[in-house]
Amino acid sequence: MSFIPRLGPPITVALLTLPVLAGVIGTVLPAFGYLPALGGHGFSLKPFEMLLAEPGIMRSAWTSLSTGLAASLIALFIVMLFLAAASPKTIDRISTLLSPLLSIPHAAAAFGLAFLIAPTGMIARIISPELTGWTSPPDFLIVNDPVGLTLMAGLIAKELPFLLLIALAALPQIAVRQSRHITASLAYGRVAGFIFAVWPGLYRQMRLGVFAVLAFSTSVVDMAIILGPQSPATLSVRLVGWMNDPDLSLRFVAAAGALMQLCVTVSAFAVWLGLEILAKRVRDAFAAGGSRFAKDKALRIAGVSAVLVPALALFGGLVTLALWSVSKLWQFPDALPRGLTLQGWSATLPRLIVPFETTLQLGILASIIASVLAVLCLMREDETHGSQGLVQRHSLSVIYLPLLVPQTAFLFGLQFLFITLQIDGMFLSLLAAHLVFVTPYVFLSLSDPWRAFDRRFLCVSAALGKSEWQSFFSVRGPMLLRAILTAFALGFAVSAAQYLASVLVGAGRLTTITTEAVALSSGGNRRVIGIYAFVQMLLPVLAFAFAGLVPAYLWRNRRGLSGQ
Amino acid sequence: MKTGLTLTAIRIALGGRPIVAIDTHIAPGEILTVMGPSGSGKSSLFAYLAGFLDPVFQASGQILVDGEDITDLPAHRRHMGLLFQDPLLFPHMDVAGNLKFALPASIKGRTARQQRVCAALKEIGLDGFDNRDPDTLSGGQKARVALMRTLLSEPKALLLDEPFSKLDTELRGQMRDLVFSTAKRLMLPVVLVTHDEADAKAAGGKIVRLTL
Repeated sequence: MSFIPRLGPPITVALLTLPVLAGVIGTVLPAFGYLPALGGHGFSLKPFEMLLAEPGIMRSAWTSLSTGLAASLIALFIVMLFLAAASPKTIDRISTLLSPLLSIPHAAAAFGLAFLIAPTGMIARIISPELTGWTSPPDFLIVNDPVGLTLMAGLIAKELPFLLLIALAALPQIAVRQSRHITASLAYGRVAGFIFAVWPGLYRQMRLGVFAVLAFSTSVVDMAIILGPQSPATLSVRLVGWMNDPDLSLRFVAAAGALMQLCVTVSAFAVWLGLEILAKRVRDAFAAGGSRFAKDKALRIAGVSAVLVPALALFGGLVTLALWSVSKLWQFPDALPRGLTLQGWSATLPRLIVPFETTLQLGILASIIASVLAVLCLMREDETHGSQGLVQRHSLSVIYLPLLVPQTAFLFGLQFLFITLQIDGMFLSLLAAHLVFVTPYVFLSLSDPWRAFDRRFLCVSAALGKSEWQSFFSVRGPMLLRAILTAFALGFAVSAAQYLASVLVGAGRLTTITTEAVALSSGGNRRVIGIYAFVQMLLPVLAFAFAGLVPAYLWRNRRGLSGQ
Repeated sequence: MKTGLTLTAIRIALGGRPIVAIDTHIAPGEILTVMGPSGSGKSSLFAYLAGFLDPVFQASGQILVDGEDITDLPAHRRHMGLLFQDPLLFPHMDVAGNLKFALPASIKGRTARQQRVCAALKEIGLDGFDNRDPDTLSGGQKARVALMRTLLSEPKALLLDEPFSKLDTELRGQMRDLVFSTAKRLMLPVVLVTHDEADAKAAGGKIVRLTL
């Protein structure tokens, strides 16, 4: 075969790097005043002057930095504590519980959390008026609090399952059990033994994922619109505002702001590197000091509960959200609505259909293309696994690029580019933008099972006279069907949840369930929000159900494939 | 015309260090046993003959099967029958599916192919096992299906990589007899890679010992 897989890596690399590079350039030029389409013919620092003159701009930048950093740090700390404290059985159970949360879009998760903890939210309703005496909602600002604590809580709840999942994926490569035995025999407590002996190696494996979380958290838009502070909003939220403002001169401010966003994320990386050094020093000092921390029962309980609280909050929020979508009159402080009705659904469905179709088409096409590219890249990797292997893997490491560059920093430039070429608001442009985010996840999801495949099956197949393509379609493909469909479902979930790319490149002409849902957040009609968020949440669930049920049905009489 | 398997001046090296040097002829129905500790190059020789040698190795020499030079052919055009220590039945196909996958395309027509597979199953004592899930077969049954799958593809030579090492003692003897007698009956040259002296003794042919 050789020829077609050979195309895989260059196409993938181009698909991922070109939009990012073009986007960054498209951001830098207008940030320095150059954008001929809008009358910017020379270079100047005026956009930055305008940006810095915006009220509260430093505060916006600070909120983006602080909430993103703190949320990533806390989520990672909880994951560490949990893995250190819990038994393998508990880890297994809780990760099964958490994995569906991973596919819940950020916007739906944010709405769920808001519906739960707002002053008019579910928790206040349950404890009122019996415990609080409130008969009308209290006048606190919980959601959209000025410091961004609720935004942080939302980010923690969403990033925790992600970090846990990448930790669990890396764990088998580390001799956990042996290390635990050794530290226990040296009289170290369970938590301390893990942190001293297992965590350093595990963290090294997870590091790229942690930086992706950091880049995402410091530049998140949809969750920050729903949960974050409002005056001033976080930097990335204000950028989107300027970008969509009818006053076109604000586009220059947006571009300068996008560079500022890049600085914010890079600063977060720098602070993180500092924290890594600090944490290492502290750990080494404790380890050299010889304290055993043997009485760690309280810490162990804390480790397990710390994972459960955000997870339960998300589940609770999602249930509340579903309830709102079918509720009749639901006055404060009633814990339950007066009755259930599908009226909201029947009124909203007609408006839902077009964005729903767009979401479906984008998700399905993007994941199919990404899956094909991932398979080609992995085939090519197999062919060159010898001498060229290192080079090959190295070039493919650009696959992480779109996850490490904050979306706002390059999507703005990409939109400028699309506007200049007059291809903004077109389906293919939007599809290309989605592919930038979908491909890395599909590749990462498929690569482990692909590499773990017993290649002797391919030797047998070739010895039976089958060409490499025949072997792929009749042996490796079917045997890896579950893994391929799971990667496809993950890609679909990423696409369906994608907010910023959809809102910018869609240019208002193409709307998805996610852009519509986030747009509703300011209106505050809980029934309608409930419906949109529910549909948003349902899409990835359906994709994963498809990925699970198809192999289960096809291989229902094949015991050898049921466990995969 | 069956003339057997000729290995002419085969040299395999890794990073300039020679690990295999072999020069021999295996007549039809004869078994060459290649022995040696792990790391001695047994698997590299096996991979070279089958056409899967990792490009980090430097290999030279000529492989002739029944007079045809297959050295530069891709694996799927070499007509080498492989057996590994695991049966490696395709888990997503039923037993008949595994066998049909091996049957050459020259046997045409659904019924003709079905009949050939039925006859093959009868031959290995698994009459009526057509629609069984391979994972529900016993170890011995799986081994026999794997052997039959290899034979149905009409190989010109057999390459065996520790094919009996995972079977229990009683079964190992039976499988050994079955494989060796079949190879003799079909006049197939065999290369057997093993570390089990009993395999070598039962094979009764030439023995090449690789060293570290």
